[in-house]
Amino acid sequence: MQHRISEFFVGLLFGVGLILSGMTDPSKVLGFLDLLGPWDPSLALVMGGAIVVGVFAFAVAKKRTLSFLGGELHFPTTSTIDRRLVIGAVLFGAGWGLAGFCPGPALVSLAGGQTKAAVFVGFMLVGMVFFEYIDRRSQRSRSI
Amino acid sequence: MTIDWIHFTPWASLAGGLLLGLASAMFILINGRILGISGILGGLLLPRMGDIGWRLTFLLGMAAAPFVLSLALPPGSIQAPRIDAGYGTVAIAGLLVGFGTRYGSGCTSGHGVCGLSRLSLRSLVSTLTFMALGFLVVYVARHVL
Repeated sequence: MQHRISEFFVGLLFGVGLILSGMTDPSKVLGFLDLLGPWDPSLALVMGGAIVVGVFAFAVAKKRTLSFLGGELHFPTTSTIDRRLVIGAVLFGAGWGLAGFCPGPALVSLAGGQTKAAVFVGFMLVGMVFFEYIDRRSQRSRSI
Repeated sequence: MTIDWIHFTPWASLAGGLLLGLASAMFILINGRILGISGILGGLLLPRMGDIGWRLTFLLGMAAAPFVLSLALPPGSIQAPRIDAGYGTVAIAGLLVGFGTRYGSGCTSGHGVCGLSRLSLRSLVSTLTFMALGFLVVYVARHVL
């Protein structure tokens, strides 16, 4: 139960952070990505602010074996830089630049009742399902 | 390069960023999880037993944010978002973001915030790549086409 309360509260905090920071406003995101237009540097402060806090937290987490609630710490296990990582980031970056939405802000905007965010999330889920299909297929071909 | 002082929101963006960092900090320290939205959502598509609940409660909390903020702040205190892209563009962007984030194992939150915070080279490569593509696509869309 403690886990569930914490997860909900962390999700809420993250959603509030996204709205306050301006990340849920695609025109603001594109204003940051448009270096040659009148450039809005706000999002650099979003990233900077988040990482300043994050660096301390992960330094503490790396020294621990269990979470505060006594559970396992699920750190990513891969550290190789491969084609998948780069191609994935290329496709994601292109989509981000097209509409100004990344996954978190899109979900929050959908919850806020925006039609275009709903369309975005719908197609994002289609893209994610397509990934599962590709991933399955490549796993099968590897195991043969 | 000229700065867009009219739209620049240093304090709100910094405060929002600190909240994002705090949420990521709490998630790893209290729950032992990396706060990465594409991974949390994508993991629900082919769910495994015992790996569903934490994803759902987190996403529900996030979905409650617009409502909770609307109660906490006076109306009109947050600028209404503007989406200039048409429906077709939004759909293509959604497909690219959905597939790309899963294929590349993360998005702005998982690689950009958590990954950089834990000094992961893999996440640095991802973040620099998706930012570069974001800059490039906006440059082409606004200044070339």
